Amino acid sequence: MMYATRTRNARPEPFAVHVGIAERLGLAHMDWPLALSAVGLVAFSILTLGQATLHDVPGDPHYYVDRQAIYGALGLVGMLLATRIDYSRFRELRVGIYTFLCVSIGLVFVFGFAARGSRRAFELPFFSFQPSELGKLLLVLALAGFVIDGARRGSAVQRTVRYLCLGLAPAALVFLQPDLGTSLVFVVATLAVMYFGGVRWTHFAVIGGALAAIIALVLVVAPAMGFPILHGYQEQRLTSFLHPSEDARGAGYQQHQGVTAVGAGGLTGRGDRATQTRLDFVPERSTDFIFAVIGERYGFVGAALVLSLYALLFWRALRIVTLSKNSYGILVAGGIAVSVLFQVFVNVGMNLGIMPITGIPLPLVSYGGSSVLATFLAVGVLQSINIQAHHSQRGRFAW
Amino acid sequence: MYLRPDQRPPRNRLALRIAVAGGLAVALFGVLSFRLWNLQILDGKKYLAEAKNNRTREFKVIAPRGDILDREGDVVVDNRTSLALQLNMQKLPQDPAAERAELARLGALAHMSLRKVRKAIREQEEVALGAPVTLRRDVGHYLVYYLEENQRRFPGVSVQRVFVRHYREGTFGAHFLGSVGEISEEELKMPRYRRLEPGDEVGKAGLEYTYDRYLRGNPGLTRIQVNALGQPTPGGQLLATPPTPGDNLKLTIDPAVQTAGEAALAGKGLPGGFITMNVHSGQILGLGSFPTFEPSVFTHPMTQKQVDYYFRDESAPLTDRATEGLYPTGSTFKIITALAALENKVITPSTPINDPGQLIVGGEHFHNAEGAAYGTLTLVPALEVSDDVFFYTLGLDMWDTNDLQEWAHKLGIGRPTGIDVPVGTDGLLPTKHWRDQLFKEEETDRPWSAGDNIQLATGQGDLQTNPLQMAVAYAALGNGGKIVTPHLGMEVQDAAGRVLREIDPPARRRIHIDPGWRATILEGLHLAAQGPSGTSHVVFDSFPIPVAGKTGTAERGLGHADQSWYAILAPYPNPRIVTVVTIEEGGFGAESAAPAAREILEAVFHDQLAAAASESEGEVGSG
Repeated sequence: MMYATRTRNARPEPFAVHVGIAERLGLAHMDWPLALSAVGLVAFSILTLGQATLHDVPGDPHYYVDRQAIYGALGLVGMLLATRIDYSRFRELRVGIYTFLCVSIGLVFVFGFAARGSRRAFELPFFSFQPSELGKLLLVLALAGFVIDGARRGSAVQRTVRYLCLGLAPAALVFLQPDLGTSLVFVVATLAVMYFGGVRWTHFAVIGGALAAIIALVLVVAPAMGFPILHGYQEQRLTSFLHPSEDARGAGYQQHQGVTAVGAGGLTGRGDRATQTRLDFVPERSTDFIFAVIGERYGFVGAALVLSLYALLFWRALRIVTLSKNSYGILVAGGIAVSVLFQVFVNVGMNLGIMPITGIPLPLVSYGGSSVLATFLAVGVLQSINIQAHHSQRGRFAW
Repeated sequence: MYLRPDQRPPRNRLALRIAVAGGLAVALFGVLSFRLWNLQILDGKKYLAEAKNNRTREFKVIAPRGDILDREGDVVVDNRTSLALQLNMQKLPQDPAAERAELARLGALAHMSLRKVRKAIREQEEVALGAPVTLRRDVGHYLVYYLEENQRRFPGVSVQRVFVRHYREGTFGAHFLGSVGEISEEELKMPRYRRLEPGDEVGKAGLEYTYDRYLRGNPGLTRIQVNALGQPTPGGQLLATPPTPGDNLKLTIDPAVQTAGEAALAGKGLPGGFITMNVHSGQILGLGSFPTFEPSVFTHPMTQKQVDYYFRDESAPLTDRATEGLYPTGSTFKIITALAALENKVITPSTPINDPGQLIVGGEHFHNAEGAAYGTLTLVPALEVSDDVFFYTLGLDMWDTNDLQEWAHKLGIGRPTGIDVPVGTDGLLPTKHWRDQLFKEEETDRPWSAGDNIQLATGQGDLQTNPLQMAVAYAALGNGGKIVTPHLGMEVQDAAGRVLREIDPPARRRIHIDPGWRATILEGLHLAAQGPSGTSHVVFDSFPIPVAGKTGTAERGLGHADQSWYAILAPYPNPRIVTVVTIEEGGFGAESAAPAAREILEAVFHDQLAAAASESEGEVGSG
């Protein structure tokens, strides 16, 4: 047996003799490696932005780094607050959360501001708020609630279809913004929650088959029939990574420059001589292609460090899945863990030229308030699950 | 599914799923790490090389054109830098309304109306479609800063630093200096412009054209670190081959002579031309034409009025009348007639010819000017008083030989001179063959007649030549038979003033002139200028240096006043300098051309004249 059972102490200790600072702040039993990996990643992000974006905004060399630092600080506070909230409350609020999720994404169509042909965010005084970023967390919280709530209603197939519909509805909204990358994250988060919710393997096999068919339809059949579903640029981005050198100046250009940047970094990086990412060859270097910046500036050492921090984060998140006191916690932690893993893999893979360009940010490292805040909140929820597990279980088991 | 939803599910089923998720994560991180290792450690060098290659662009650095200096080494033409407002048509907004708005904003900045901006674009696109359109030259620095700060509002607009030719103030050398301009498509195909590229500047006319390969220089190459948009990054100059400036061209032009000549012509206020040349070397000390212009006019945008004046006005200010004029020469031609007659033994210096005041040939009367009759004369007095009947008679005597034409041809009349500026036409020496041919083709009403030769003998009729050719002919008389190559270029120098190449074209040919005949003719010319009854006695009697000069008064047909000519060799009897002046509608030779020639000679012999003056003052003082 992997998980050793241990005696439960039924009696709580209302008055601890020595109350530590962490205890007083309600932060006792926080998962410190998880917190440190998150803080480490955002710190690395600030370091990178600070050195690599000095000339991006004329007259304001610290534009990105200042803002990212503020977002990081806000995120940290958000994480601590989320840590103190009993995550089970989210299960009760699942309908409200889900409604808020769909409405906020929907409102973007009405009030959002358009950037590069896509409406994704609200323009607020200090930053533009992108509901779909927070939506990744909200979807997991709500969907996990629905899964737990409806675990005994209907047949297995009905349940699977219901979860899929609940998850794919906001995904479809995001897709229409259009924001292909985030909608993919929504799909993956949905599947992850279902996965940890115990949906049968056979169902996943069918879903997988259906996905393959859809991809074939979207990329091959529909354009051939004259009904393109994806925008031209989206399709180019999705397929150009398959043959990058064929079109080094067109759609594959950005990716080729990104790969060149990472490769040029070598073992220890080029520091300030990093021309690829310093001289605008690599696009979106504060957001989507920040990993290429890290790769070129800090080399294999820096890039591997970032990957290690993500591995640490994922390991701790998965560990929290095993610790959760209830199924809701399992589904939430699992959904968060897998969706972060998915984002990291797709983004880094995109930077390394093995995944298509989908516009998915690198969690905590890419510049952007919505993404940083949402990811910190998700980490906070994970912490909450961890702390609740301790409160209910009094002790821990090794994994 | 699970028995109690809010309790932990059965461990074994969850454990499997967690294990699968963990395994998947390990696999994904493994893939990323493997790829990272591949890119950075195994292929890192390749990508580093690619990245280094990526960030540089090569830019051509325009070489400044060489200066043009006068004989004293003072600058006549150099360069100034100018800021030119340029438009890259491909980068303008596609939307017509946005384009219109941008052009209007730009026009407001450049003080041009939208209509004018469009017109400039249209005109320049006709010449070179796709090349950047220069809206305005010599824009101020304030405009540059403004455009740089508002680059987003002005896509496709740039300010280029360009070299512009800068001329000495005034009209100095306007007609021979020439001009520069962007190389044309046809020129690019010519061997003389091998290795040049579109956009390069080349000499288009005058000395700029002839000596282009020395003046042009070689563009440099700068490798600049650029960003992805190809814009230079600050401090990113990596490697540079500096441009090689063009070599300087030193001219034979004597600034004092040139200035005096231009002033003399301008003083008359009538169209005309002058040339002053060394009779032995062909070095041109002064060369000018009137009406003239300031060469700097063509380095600025011109108004329609200016365009009309320079290119369409009847007075043709751009034509160099000294080298391209087509005129009969009047009596200045008589030295050629005299030489032909002497050499062909038609007369000797002592052969007397009677002048009753007119010569009647075939019922046609050929009069002396102003009805004078000089009686019986020999050659020298005939030259002194410029007796027409004397030379009519010589023309008549030689009318059915080709002797007169042969000598005129030998002396370069109606032939290319080899001068080092492009000349459009070589003029016309009327011959029997020429007119008979025309008659055969029914382009003229009669064949060659004695009257034609009589006219030619005194420089009238169909003869078309110019001061340059006359100067070469007089120089040959002066130097004893050398047909020099007139030239304006003296030396090619590098920027430090070291002589790279001396320009000393050899004589085009040598003709044999009997020294005795030469002395006779020069004596006649000397008396014509300074003898008591000489035609230009009034002008040159007081000139302290002995000279040999001949007036000319060419008839230009009804309704036109006579054209005034003067050709002079100085000092007599061993001349060093020839000066030829012509002034359209200037009247008698002694009226306008001779005084102008005197002004020029005063500049040529300025030092000697000053010395002579102080000497005579000293004599007065001691006496």
